[in-house]
Amino acid sequence: MGDNSGHDHEYIARQIRRTILDIINRTRSPNIGSSLSAVEILVSLYFSTLNTSPGATDDPGRDRFILSKGHACSGLYAVLAERGYFAEEDLLSFAVDGGIFEQHPNMDINRGIEVSTGSLGHGLSIGAGMALAARIDNREYSVYVLLSDGELNEGSVWEAAMFASHHKLTNLVAMVDANGMQALGHTSEIIDLNPISNKWEAFGWHTQEIDGHDFGQINASFAALSAEKPNAIVLNTVKGKGVSFMEDNLLWHYRSPDDQEYELALKELSE
Amino acid sequence: MRTAFFKTLERKYADNSDIVVLTGDLGYKLFDGFRAMDPKRFYDVGVAESNMIGLASGLSLCGKMVYCYSIIPFLVMRPFEQIRMDVDYHNLDVRLVGVGGGFAYGLEGITHHGLEDIALMRTLPNMTIVAPADGFEAERIAELSSGHHGPMYIRLGHTNEPAVHDHKPDIEIGKAAILYEGRDVALLSYGRTVSICRNAINLLSGDDIKPSLINVHTIKPLDNETICELFDNNRMVMVVEEHISEGGLGSAIAELAADSDYSGKVRRIGIDRAKSFIGRADYLRASHGLSPEMIADSVRKEMA
Repeated sequence: MGDNSGHDHEYIARQIRRTILDIINRTRSPNIGSSLSAVEILVSLYFSTLNTSPGATDDPGRDRFILSKGHACSGLYAVLAERGYFAEEDLLSFAVDGGIFEQHPNMDINRGIEVSTGSLGHGLSIGAGMALAARIDNREYSVYVLLSDGELNEGSVWEAAMFASHHKLTNLVAMVDANGMQALGHTSEIIDLNPISNKWEAFGWHTQEIDGHDFGQINASFAALSAEKPNAIVLNTVKGKGVSFMEDNLLWHYRSPDDQEYELALKELSE
Repeated sequence: MRTAFFKTLERKYADNSDIVVLTGDLGYKLFDGFRAMDPKRFYDVGVAESNMIGLASGLSLCGKMVYCYSIIPFLVMRPFEQIRMDVDYHNLDVRLVGVGGGFAYGLEGITHHGLEDIALMRTLPNMTIVAPADGFEAERIAELSSGHHGPMYIRLGHTNEPAVHDHKPDIEIGKAAILYEGRDVALLSYGRTVSICRNAINLLSGDDIKPSLINVHTIKPLDNETICELFDNNRMVMVVEEHISEGGLGSAIAELAADSDYSGKVRRIGIDRAKSFIGRADYLRASHGLSPEMIADSVRKEMA
């Protein structure tokens, strides 16, 4: 698919943030902050990077995306709906009894959800398996996995990192949404992995570190992927990005906005 | 048993290019043939079992039939959450081939004993659980596994198991095999303890007690039809297994007995976690009640 200008991406990103706010507010769901930090990377993936489309969900040669930080699924659902993977009204079935979408992604190939995630530390191994299958089958597709920085506490992430590096899975891209917060506080205060990039480099990955809210840098990083090593992109982001009172505030890992906060947030996202 | 299983699988590997084999750095010389035949489909993933299960899931989501090999505690207990979520929930064609069922690793100790695996695997809704009784059955299960849909747990012993059969049996997954037709009492077992039960029945030949012997090689899905027929025709069913007494085949039979209002006795002979775990496999089996003599004594006592 063709590239879009940064302006288009920013316009879409603002729309996605409003959708996230809307479905989180409507269902009083948690994890709005984790979704807001990942909006730009999701928009870039689905609107200019992934070689897949709503009509290609069963194409064995499609690129795959795995939201390993499954708690940010409201962002994924919003982007998939915007990209046309399912009707907007399906979003009304997010986080309701008997609905379509849970508060962590459930595999739904027709709606573009490749695998069920939400237990941290699973996605990169699954992605490595998919990338390995491409090699066995002589296919060209790539596999993109979005992890959280807190998720890097899981040892299984580094098991997968070792495997991908040893086998030079160049079609595997690990993206770390480094918003600096995990469930009980700042990552630097709980398990400090900074500098994150050095860890990936030490494990043999071609590593780029960028501003995860800057479309120019995101798209440039995808253009600069290595063809010799697996690729890591560390995205420096802000949890709750776009809503001033949610930014870098742990409360929004758990809380959903009340009506007044919703109006305030919507106003900021509409300016 | 282990060699029989993998020699058969090696032939399937030659025929079916969708088969991928992963090992968690175990199986010395076991996989040389696979590697030589097609190194693109065999991987030693290193000592990293959680990643092995995730890799298998990703491969299977892309159309592969993946066999994962390790010693049971490392294959089942270490990455159980990956098995629950990635393999079983997605109902993938992943075969978990565990070596060392029960006490097969003997003096290697509790770290290597496979004692709680059936209980864990029984909780997974899509998982099929099989345990061959000897090398011939292992060959048959290796063949059947490559045509089966959905996740499977294959519990192997190790080496030199006494033969239960003199040729490859025509067993089917999900269908219990009646090895002896007796009367009044039925012994149910799987894996290594099938031959121990056979010897127990020989010891009972002078007692006018002629138990039936049923090889429940498929623990899940349980062959309810055959088991309920046993309930109809026997005053007692006794389950003998090289597994803790909780959660294994004995529990499955007790659940079915309760659900079907069986009026006879259900007795379970399994491993007692309170006892010692230091010794060779035969010693440990005997010390946990899994010897022909002790099983025969239990039958006599219960039928008296």
